[in-house]
Amino acid sequence: MRIISLMVRRELYAYLLSPLGYAIVAAVLGLHGLLFNVTLMTGEAHSFEVLQGFFFQSSGFVSAVAVLISMRLFAEDRQTGNEVLLLQSAATEWQIVLGKFLGGYLFLCLYLLLTTYMPVLVLVNGKVTAGHIGAGYLGLVLLGSAVLAIGTLASALVSSQLLAAVLGAAMTVALFVCWMIAGKVEGPLGEIIGYLDLMDAHFRSFSSGVVKTSTVVYYLSLTYMALLSTTAVLAARRWRG
Amino acid sequence: MITADHVSKLYGTRWALKDLSFQIAEHEVVGFLGLNGAGKTTVLKILSGLLWPSAGRVQIAGFDSIEQPRAVRAMTGFLPDKPPLYGEMTVRAMLCHAASLNGVPGRALHSRVDEVIELCQLKEVRHDLVDWLSHGYRKRVGIAQAIAHRPALVILDEPISGLDPQQIVGMRKLVRSLGEQHTVLVSSHILSEIAQTCDRILVLHEGQIVAQGTEEELLGGVVGGRIELTVHGDAQQARDLVARCAGVSDIVTTEQRDGLVQLGADFASPAVCEAMVAALVEGGLGVRRVVEADGGGLEGVFLKLTRGSAVETAP
Repeated sequence: MRIISLMVRRELYAYLLSPLGYAIVAAVLGLHGLLFNVTLMTGEAHSFEVLQGFFFQSSGFVSAVAVLISMRLFAEDRQTGNEVLLLQSAATEWQIVLGKFLGGYLFLCLYLLLTTYMPVLVLVNGKVTAGHIGAGYLGLVLLGSAVLAIGTLASALVSSQLLAAVLGAAMTVALFVCWMIAGKVEGPLGEIIGYLDLMDAHFRSFSSGVVKTSTVVYYLSLTYMALLSTTAVLAARRWRG
Repeated sequence: MITADHVSKLYGTRWALKDLSFQIAEHEVVGFLGLNGAGKTTVLKILSGLLWPSAGRVQIAGFDSIEQPRAVRAMTGFLPDKPPLYGEMTVRAMLCHAASLNGVPGRALHSRVDEVIELCQLKEVRHDLVDWLSHGYRKRVGIAQAIAHRPALVILDEPISGLDPQQIVGMRKLVRSLGEQHTVLVSSHILSEIAQTCDRILVLHEGQIVAQGTEEELLGGVVGGRIELTVHGDAQQARDLVARCAGVSDIVTTEQRDGLVQLGADFASPAVCEAMVAALVEGGLGVRRVVEADGGGLEGVFLKLTRGSAVETAP
């Protein structure tokens, strides 16, 4: 536990000291706020629909931020040669992966915290419940965790941060469009592909203020599988060199 | 302390190490010597637990590197060619981080970090960011992070590469002093460095150990070599005289001006060398100059070994 908390602190410290971290958050926050104002705050929609729209937009922004945050987690250390410090230490692969993931995750949560002014505006001026906002944010936190874990895996697979971002984004987009593929495939395979969908099959309920246990399990399972694969990638590196 | 038993490492389709076996005792300072690509870094990475061998086994203080990897890593400190340091941290924070990562408990952390700062002479830069440090200081911080958790085994990959002469002297002293408390493995392709710092030398060539022993043992084990003679007289006569001596091969003669002949030949033992010179003198030729072609000394041994010549060394 001590090693994990040490690594979380180190990663968070690295994000908070890096101009790139601030640039990503500032750019995405600016774009998000602008889109929210232009498309949702027109005064024509009901507050419930505005909040639903906000969470729908947020899912895309959170995914983008998660991919951009995760790209450096392992790729940067490989580029600089600092992965030796971790892989040669007494820490296990799980501790390394979990420490890095949680460090990035806390930074992602910090970003989410900075977006709360938008739903609070809707809450103050409209007729929505705090529960709806809470459910939506739970969905964003879970979606962010899954995408960040996928990005972490991508970052462990390649040594270039840019390539890690492209690979992470490609894997995320593939999971985002599963509903389209599921529509073309019949039978149990179509159902499986449909279940894998990151957005349509699972996030929509959160944006409507509904929390389903099955969707929570889906996001947590996806996070776990991606992190497990990341540990396997690190372990394999000891064999492969 | 270290037992490597028939260790091999395969990168893709290329064998980086082939069937390496050796033993290293506690508190020995051992140098791995070899040309670039000889397999030095791969051996060190395997011994540090960073890599696993494709075949064979490595035991550090009785712990198997594959079955008990954490135990092996916990008792090993490794400094790669490029020190793994976070540039945005201060030297002290970096050392605290590395020590904590390797299990130094909180209550002992600060006193231990102060100790290694003292040992590696980093006091004046301890509050500087790693990014601000010179190459020499980075190497020192790298060594400090490698020994911060008091490992039994310290592995230093090319610790003097890129250092200036003054820093080299300092590094030499530091490596020697580490030998008092740790078993130290050092790699280098610089002969003089290995000879001055290490108790024992393992010479690697194309993934294999081609010789091992102390400097004296390596020098004493050389039984042959190549000699270059400058002779006054007829080239063919000189060639014939030398060819008659047993244990001489690969004779090359080059005629030079003023009746001088440059004659090169491989000899099987120092006695053959003496016999060659005697034969030339008895044949009426004047021997002006006799030089060992490989420069002699440890450098000569190394060149012969890495050329693949048959050299016998002491066990």
